Amino acid sequence: MSKHFGQGEAVVKALDDVSVAIRQGEFFTLLGPSGCGKTTLLRMIAGFESPTSGEIRLNGEPITHLPPNKRPVNTVFQSYALFPHLSVAQNIAFGLQMLGKPKAEVEARVQKMLALVRLEQLAGRKVSQMSGGQQQRVALARALAPQPKVLLLDEPLSALDLKLRKEMQSELKRLQRETGITFIFVTHDQEEALTMSDRIAVMSAGRIQQMGTPREIYTQPVNRFVAGFIGETNFLPAEVKDGQAALPGGVTIPVMARDGRATLAVRPELLRIVAAGTPGALPATVADAVYFGTDSHVHARLSDGAEVVVRVQSVAEGASIPAAGSAVGLAIAPGALQVLED
Amino acid sequence: MRDRAFSVTGLPGFATIAVAVFVLLYLPIVTLVVYSFNAGASPSVWEGFSLHWYALAWANDQVKDAAMVSLIVASFAAAISTAVATMAALGTTRQKAFRGQTLIYVMINQPLMVPEIVTAVALLLVFAVVRQWTGYTGLGYLILAHSAFCIPFAYLPIRARLESMDLTLETAAADLYASRWQAFRRVTLPLLAPAIAAGAMLAFVISLDDVVITEFVKAPGQDTLPTYMLGQLRRAMNPDVNAISAMLLAVTLVLLSLFYLMTRKRD
Repeated sequence: MSKHFGQGEAVVKALDDVSVAIRQGEFFTLLGPSGCGKTTLLRMIAGFESPTSGEIRLNGEPITHLPPNKRPVNTVFQSYALFPHLSVAQNIAFGLQMLGKPKAEVEARVQKMLALVRLEQLAGRKVSQMSGGQQQRVALARALAPQPKVLLLDEPLSALDLKLRKEMQSELKRLQRETGITFIFVTHDQEEALTMSDRIAVMSAGRIQQMGTPREIYTQPVNRFVAGFIGETNFLPAEVKDGQAALPGGVTIPVMARDGRATLAVRPELLRIVAAGTPGALPATVADAVYFGTDSHVHARLSDGAEVVVRVQSVAEGASIPAAGSAVGLAIAPGALQVLED
Repeated sequence: MRDRAFSVTGLPGFATIAVAVFVLLYLPIVTLVVYSFNAGASPSVWEGFSLHWYALAWANDQVKDAAMVSLIVASFAAAISTAVATMAALGTTRQKAFRGQTLIYVMINQPLMVPEIVTAVALLLVFAVVRQWTGYTGLGYLILAHSAFCIPFAYLPIRARLESMDLTLETAAADLYASRWQAFRRVTLPLLAPAIAAGAMLAFVISLDDVVITEFVKAPGQDTLPTYMLGQLRRAMNPDVNAISAMLLAVTLVLLSLFYLMTRKRD
């Protein structure tokens, strides 16, 4: 599927040949920096934008040409977009009423939704008199009430403060489990994506860079963008020959890669500081160390001048952080090196 | 020395000018209202408090007829111009930008810019022709003329409200299975209602107050309050005109207060 804005020379490819299959009942996250096309993709699924080319199918049925009000898909908007002239209960009832459900059913369903998001006490309240977190719950209840096949969430937590955001993260997971509805969640927050999703599609420049479970995305990033966007990573330039990567300091490590130049990635927590001269360890000089409580980040310089970060877990007896300027070795845990496509 | 933002209140003579402006604006109105309660007939000598002129105006059939014409014309003009203005506002804010949009905008607001006397003479000509063709001589001409020049006054608050309204709300309505008509009926219109009411009130007041166009367009016996008063003043300075003015002022003040309350941002 593609989405282009503008024409001719000025064409902007908001989505460039994207193809996704989202499974029923999964918590699927579109993750990427702003302008990567994740919101455009979401808006196309909702029907607010139409694709330049390609097709959207829901349970095998093409829905590409259905207007938003004919799609069994509901959205939780970033700004919530609650109707200010209606009460909490009326907001939640809106979609059901538009579907022409009988009054008794609407009322029962509204009660159920209020209980689901724990707002029973505030049914008659005007939405403008509510806090951000409460408005968020109303928006969720309103979108879930018509029992959509898919719930779209457009950065719904970005307006909340940190504590409330953590709370709503587990709340969202609970709602998804209890309703069994497919959630498509858009965010630029990699931690949010890792902790909540069943699967993640990492997007950049209108393309899907990698799709997989949070663990796959974190431990086996396919390219530099994914490795750098999710978590912290050290990039090591290497020369590969006959399945051996030559790293700075004359260390060679076996890798699965074609001959030639390659970028290797290694997470800071998978490096270990050992005595200088240990066989197989990269020789390095400690530049400085930053204490973070649960761990310390040690910055070390390799023999070619590249800087790498090593995370040293804090332990009861106080981990021994080498002093700045001391020569050390950096041992790489087996299987920790990822070969990246550039 | 601290940097201070430029403040017009600090300029020499500001207080004097401000007071002069307010005196000029309000002293005549206050005088008019005060003298409408004067017991005597002289416009310059105070002879004690009395409701005499109000009673006189109230008992005058010509005044009653003129007031009736004013109310009928203003009501119809307000209703028609507000309906047209609402559609125009929707057309200029809820559509994709189209060629000639600025031109349309200017055309809608034409009555604010073209000298009223020109419109009045033009209407006189056109209506004379229509009258000859159709033989119709009713209030329709006045209503039509008033509707036309009231449109921009009704249009402005409605358009302002539509422009400040969050478009995501209409998107959300569509997402929640509302057709375009349902989204308009259930979301846009209720949110727009205060602005529509405000536009209608403004149009009503503007119509109520018009002299120039009415004077040219009206047929004999179709005096509105303002043209009746003008006719009276041509003959003699009659204090019952003061009383009528004061009552008109009261009606206008009430309507404008309502307008203000309705356009204030509701939270």
